Parts: sequence; C-alpha cells; structure tokens
Amino acid sequence: MLQILASRGDLVLLRDSVEWEGRSLLKALIREVALKGEQVQVLGCEVSEEVFREGLDSDTNSRLVYHDVFRDPQGWTGNWGPLGILRACLRGAEPGPCTLAVDSLSWLLLHAPCSALCQTLRALGHDNSHPGRVRVLGLLHEDVHGPGPLGALRSLAQIEVTVGGNLGFTTAQVFHPKPRHRSIEQTYWFSILPNFSLEFHKETLLEPRPHRGPQSPTVDAMADLTFNVHLSKKEREARDTLALPFHFSSEKQQSLLHPALASSTSQIFYEPDADDYLDQEDPDDDLDI
Amino acid sequence: MFPELNNLLNVSPDKPEQGKFTLLCDAKTDGGFLVHHFLSFYLKANCKVCFVALLQSFSHYNIVGQKLGVNLIAARDRGQLVFFEGLKSTVEVLFGSKEQPNTLKFIRESSSDLKSLYEFVQKALTPSGDGSATSWKFPVLLVDDLSVLLSLGVEAVAVLDFIQYCRATVCCQLKGNVVALVHDSDQTEDEENAMLMNALGHQSSLILRAEGLVTGFCKDVHGQLKILRRGLLQPKSEQTRSLIYQYKIQDKSVTFFARGLSPAVL
Repeated sequence: MLQILASRGDLVLLRDSVEWEGRSLLKALIREVALKGEQVQVLGCEVSEEVFREGLDSDTNSRLVYHDVFRDPQGWTGNWGPLGILRACLRGAEPGPCTLAVDSLSWLLLHAPCSALCQTLRALGHDNSHPGRVRVLGLLHEDVHGPGPLGALRSLAQIEVTVGGNLGFTTAQVFHPKPRHRSIEQTYWFSILPNFSLEFHKETLLEPRPHRGPQSPTVDAMADLTFNVHLSKKEREARDTLALPFHFSSEKQQSLLHPALASSTSQIFYEPDADDYLDQEDPDDDLDI
Repeated sequence: MFPELNNLLNVSPDKPEQGKFTLLCDAKTDGGFLVHHFLSFYLKANCKVCFVALLQSFSHYNIVGQKLGVNLIAARDRGQLVFFEGLKSTVEVLFGSKEQPNTLKFIRESSSDLKSLYEFVQKALTPSGDGSATSWKFPVLLVDDLSVLLSLGVEAVAVLDFIQYCRATVCCQLKGNVVALVHDSDQTEDEENAMLMNALGHQSSLILRAEGLVTGFCKDVHGQLKILRRGLLQPKSEQTRSLIYQYKIQDKSVTFFARGLSPAVL
C-alpha cells in the first residue's frame, strides 16, 4: 500500500467515517514520509498540536511543521481566511519536493466554498518553488458532506484510500482512478501499532477491472440439439406462401361478401328431448326495464 | 449517576478520564437521562461544572438530580456549578431592553455569532487565579442540547466552531471534559442536523447513542444504547470499540442488559 506515496505530485484522499477514523492512518503515512528524511507540513484544523504529535517518535516530530488552525477556527485573534492559511503552509517550506498533510479537507470544505478549495488545491502543485512536486495527503470525512463536494474532490484526486473495517480488522481500499486506462482497486487489511507503524495482514487482492469486457469463447448453441431448428427448401416455400390469419386479402374479402356459395357453412340442428321442460314464459318478464 | 452505566464505560467518580469530548445522541427516543447521568457524575467527582441548559429549567434538572443524589442548589451556592438557564435568558433577549448585554443575543441578531456564549463558558471555567476558590478536580462543560441552537437559527458551522473553541479551551488548555447532546433527526431528513451530528462525531472520543427500539414502544425495554469509542489504536483488553446494550429507565436508576436478555423476558 505504501506505493501510494511513490509519486510526488499526487493528491491522496483519505476517506473516513465516524465508525472508522482515518487520522491514525494519516499519521502513519506522515511517519513513512518523514522516515525518508522529508519535511511534512501539517495544516491542523481539528485537533490540537499536542494531540496530533502524540505517539509519533521524536525523529518524525522534528520533521513535522504544524500550522495550528484548531485553536482559533474563526480567526478571532487574527485576520485570515482558511484558504489563505492553506497556501501559507508551503511558503515557509524547504525548496524541493514536499508533502502537505491536511487535517482535514472536511473542515476546509465547511469553512470555504468548494470551488475555491478545489482551485487552491490544484494551484498548490503549480507553486513556483515546488513545481509539480507537492504531495497532498488530505483527510476527508465522507459522512459529513453531500455527493457534490465529495465528487468534486474525488475528481481532483489521483489516489483515494477509503478506511473501513471488516471482521474486526481495519481495511484500506485503495483506488487509482485512471481515465482511458484501467482503474486499479486493491484492499489492504492492516493495523496501526502504537508508534504509528503499519502492520499488514493477509492481503486480499481484487481482480483489476478493465473497461472492456473480457473476451468469452463463443459456444455453438446449435450443436447437439434433439429437435430440428432448420427448414428445408420445401418447408421454407410452404411457409412463405402461407396466408396469415388476420391478413385481409382479396380471397377473404370475396368469401365474406358471398357467403351463400359456401357449402361448408355449418348449421346447428336442435332436437329437444321429450323430458325437457320448456318454459314458454319470458324469464325477463318480471324485470322492470 | 447510574452505577451500571459507569461499569459499562469503565469509569468511576474517583478516577474519571480527562481531556475528552463525549457526544450524546438520541434517535426516536429521549436521551435526556444521559445528560442527568453526566451532570450528577461530574458533580460527585468534585469537578467544576458549567451547564449550558437550553432545553429545560433549573428546577427540572434539580428535581431529577435529587433522585440521583446531587443537590444542584447547594452545588451552585458553593460555586461548583455554573448554571446557564437558556429559557430565562431567551425571555430577557426577546422582551428586555436592547442595550442590555445578553449571552444569547445572537437570537436577535441575524449573525450566527456564538462568541458571547463561548466567553461565558470561558469565564465560568477558567480559574480566577485569586487563590480563594476551592480547588476542583478539573472543569467540565455540559450542553443540553445543541439541536436547540440550530432551531434558533444558528448555522451548523457556527455551532461546530463554538464546540471547537470550547474543546480548545476546556479539553486542551484546562484538561477538562466537554459533553454535549445532539438529537438525530433521521426521520425528518434535516441535512444540517445530520451534518452537525456527523461532524461532532468525528471530533469526539466517545459516542453514546440512545435509540428507540425498531419494533416500537415496549414496557420493559425503553431503548438501546450504542457505545462507540473512537481514536483507539489498540483497544485495551477491557475496552471494546463498539458495544450495544438495551436499557430500562426506572424512577431513580437505569438498568442495562445485553440485547434480548431483559429481566422481564428471562
């Protein structure tokens, strides 16, 4: 799963829910990045710096730069906007490739318009000092937003990781949407140790789903039948000359206009039985119509 | 407080947890019994409590508190309890003079500014520093309930920010606890309320959710309680992530039992 950190310019969405929180996974990924010696800028909107740094080792903490929005979410002590501080995170960063962890994108979505946030995220990768090499790890609470903002962020992301759970284990479903190519989807079963290192359990690999359906071998359905589905030439001719019952042809018209000629008209002969009781009265006589 | 609930949560007034935000929800039932539990629990634990009561009057909580063994009048008099009676303040906002400062002035103004309410909480719980106050264990903020603020026209994001400011001050700075109740309105499809509840759920370390039974009203089982602990990396052996119990509310206590094992059935 750690290959999601391989590419430097990606937006990685970490989707979590109230039931399965994703902050621990975010901290574990930050630890992996910091282990390689890279600095990590963290925009902290939802928890305090002490809580965020808790559990991380001193090496990781020394490479972590925390921009604290948590203590003053409405900017009562200073005049700034939430997107302004997002852009400001990279200003003090070392030149070269860098990683920005946003905790969380949900908080930014609640405090800024969705379109402005998407534009800011796109513009981050085109910063002059970090051209195309800003990796953004964004935590997103998928049960807080409607389908519109979620869809907008998903369309921007190169990688999506959805945190869930199954049979007592935490799972991460990693999805690489790739237009015009095969999308890759894999599920990893893992647990996070107290020092925020990742421990993977038996991996369940899903089949990669191609856009075109697989070529199934053609089977001759006509072979080995117990009945005849073909017509001989004679049978075909007889079928073609057959008149359809409800087709009003000229022959039918003649037979209707001249019914007396028909010797095949049928007649009904009725001989009442001797024991039959024939009531001459009209049974409808008593009806007052 | 309800001793059985303390056992389920593995806490006691002698060793309460600190620095936590607990979210109480109710769906299709009244979760008020949880508010009464936490009010009496923290008063017995010798904590300083700021109770923002928007739903009921002081006498209501006092009557129930006496059944649970706490005297709110005495607690208020000795300075342990700071009680904000929302119902009274609302009357003053609507019928008092406009110049008079009021904590709930956002009702009259069109802006959703809860800064005055936050400043009230901050002033109530921050130690005065004059040395004469009795030393309480740690401060606790209790809110009953946040859905009322939405009904009064406050935006959900403003309520979220208010709770965040309270957490920053009470939980992080003063190492205290925050407990708040939110109603779940899944039947009415209130998007703002659902968003508020989910967003608060992400901020909390413990969620207690009281739900009415799916099958309807029952004389012996009044509902079920879901306990969800969040943010646990490796749950300790005596703490499980998620538990579900059913309960019955009696006059002075609440009994909890595993699903389907109500004493009336066994």
